[in-house]
Amino acid sequence: MGEGCAAALPANAWNWIAVWRRNYLAWKKVALASILGNLADPMIYLFGLGLGLGLVVGRVDGTSYVAFLAGGMVATSAMTAATFETIYAAFARMNAQRTWEGILYTQMTLGDIVLGELAWAASKAFLAGTGIMIVATVLGYATWPSVLYALPVIVLTGFAFASLAMVVTSLAPSYDYFIFYQTLVLTPMLFLCGAVFPITQLPQTFQQVAQFLPLSHAIDLIRPAMLGRPAGSIGLHMGALCLYTILPFFLSAALFRRRLMS
Amino acid sequence: MFSIDLSGVSKTYGDKVVVDKLSFSVAPGECFGLLGPNGAGKSTIARMILGMTAPDAGKITVLGVPVPAMARLARRGIGVVPQFDNLDPEFTVRENLLVYGRYFGMNTRKVKAVMPSLLEFARLESKVDARVSELSGGMKRRLTLARALINDPQLLVMDEPTTGLDPHARHLIWERLRFLLARGKTIILTTHFMEEAERLCDRLCVLERGRNIAEGRPHALIDELIGCEVIEIYGGNPHELDSLIRPYSDRIEISGETLFCYAPDPEKVRVRLRERAGLRVLQRPPNLEDVFLRLTGREMEK
Repeated sequence: MGEGCAAALPANAWNWIAVWRRNYLAWKKVALASILGNLADPMIYLFGLGLGLGLVVGRVDGTSYVAFLAGGMVATSAMTAATFETIYAAFARMNAQRTWEGILYTQMTLGDIVLGELAWAASKAFLAGTGIMIVATVLGYATWPSVLYALPVIVLTGFAFASLAMVVTSLAPSYDYFIFYQTLVLTPMLFLCGAVFPITQLPQTFQQVAQFLPLSHAIDLIRPAMLGRPAGSIGLHMGALCLYTILPFFLSAALFRRRLMS
Repeated sequence: MFSIDLSGVSKTYGDKVVVDKLSFSVAPGECFGLLGPNGAGKSTIARMILGMTAPDAGKITVLGVPVPAMARLARRGIGVVPQFDNLDPEFTVRENLLVYGRYFGMNTRKVKAVMPSLLEFARLESKVDARVSELSGGMKRRLTLARALINDPQLLVMDEPTTGLDPHARHLIWERLRFLLARGKTIILTTHFMEEAERLCDRLCVLERGRNIAEGRPHALIDELIGCEVIEIYGGNPHELDSLIRPYSDRIEISGETLFCYAPDPEKVRVRLRERAGLRVLQRPPNLEDVFLRLTGREMEK
């Protein structure tokens, strides 16, 4: 059992960087298309919903609807970017492309690979979340310089959702199963966690469920930072996101070991 | 000390025994072959040597360390040529080597220092900036081989290194492998090509359903188990021919529509067959295919 754990854990604190750099090199070749692709979707929501629906809705939580929505879209885009990178791109590298197999034939461990993939997915989440935040700030929907406090939260949100998606990746027999994760987990979270409307609009039971969901914690930190308001329970929210990063990381590493090294 | 030492190694998936109490050793500088048909357990053994799969029973030592317990340490000294290409198709030749070197903890400068000799070895100097997707099958294999050498390994583990290549590309790989052996590298390779095993391997072990059914030097095995000329006959009813030539044969094997006759005096058999029209008769020296047929009653590649 001892050797099994060693294979699933990172070998040291720096091996993962080689995996991150591999993915960065691949991404660099298609960077422009990737950035536009990652930004287009949340931008459309931000302006479509924010400006269009904002006319009807008026002010929300003491601010314009589009400014309210901006925080939700930053968190959501980090969630989506990290998730998609993990369930589609990392799955391809693990499965059809056999990239992971090649890496495992070196002195790298499965834990190094998973950690490198998580860090990479979090980097892409940072890029996507920050991109929207910059646009929102330039257009005056977010407050400078308090908006900077959101940056580390975006990274942590990326890690948490990459880590959760890694569990799905480790279990999925094929791409076809990822749609369930998207429709049954991610999409409900969008509406339960206060991304597009205040959570207080929900029935009490849903509100209680929502406070356990990772996207709620991300939004509760990102939105106040962007609106220039003080955030409450910072330690709790950061701690929750850390837990959502760490526990699925170990679970997925163990599941990958069973899948790839039996 | 052996480069690889397996003793009493078994592996079962469900109720299927894939490797069955297997033992063998590979000395430094040796080329050792695992020969067997698909499903004989060759790839599983290769994975166990790399510590990718833990055996259910038995002991494995590779480059002096126990595997899988210290497989990571062992893999620092191993180069792997996997059965299926896992090069990065979107990367160039240069980028593939650079990225793979980093997995061994090499920095860019270190990889760049060894790159010219690897490219020369793989005969890919002119392709250094070509994408992998533009390379031919043989070039991809040579790049995989060069990549496996990036950490200057003592031991090379190759799973079906020439499967899927055309004869020309295959001969070039063999020539490159002989070059590595001449430089003192140890190679363990799995193959179902008899010719490959015969040409490259100092010693080999013949596998069937995970069991070691014969082990030795290729030519010693051939001499010991066959030891005479072989006549292949097809184009007639093999069972009828069997009774016709049996008195002049040591042994007769029938596989599909081909009859294999092991004849100490081939001329006598040929005389008997001369009166038959429409037969195709081929007389040849014995090879490992005959050894496998003798041991298992079946052909390997058909």
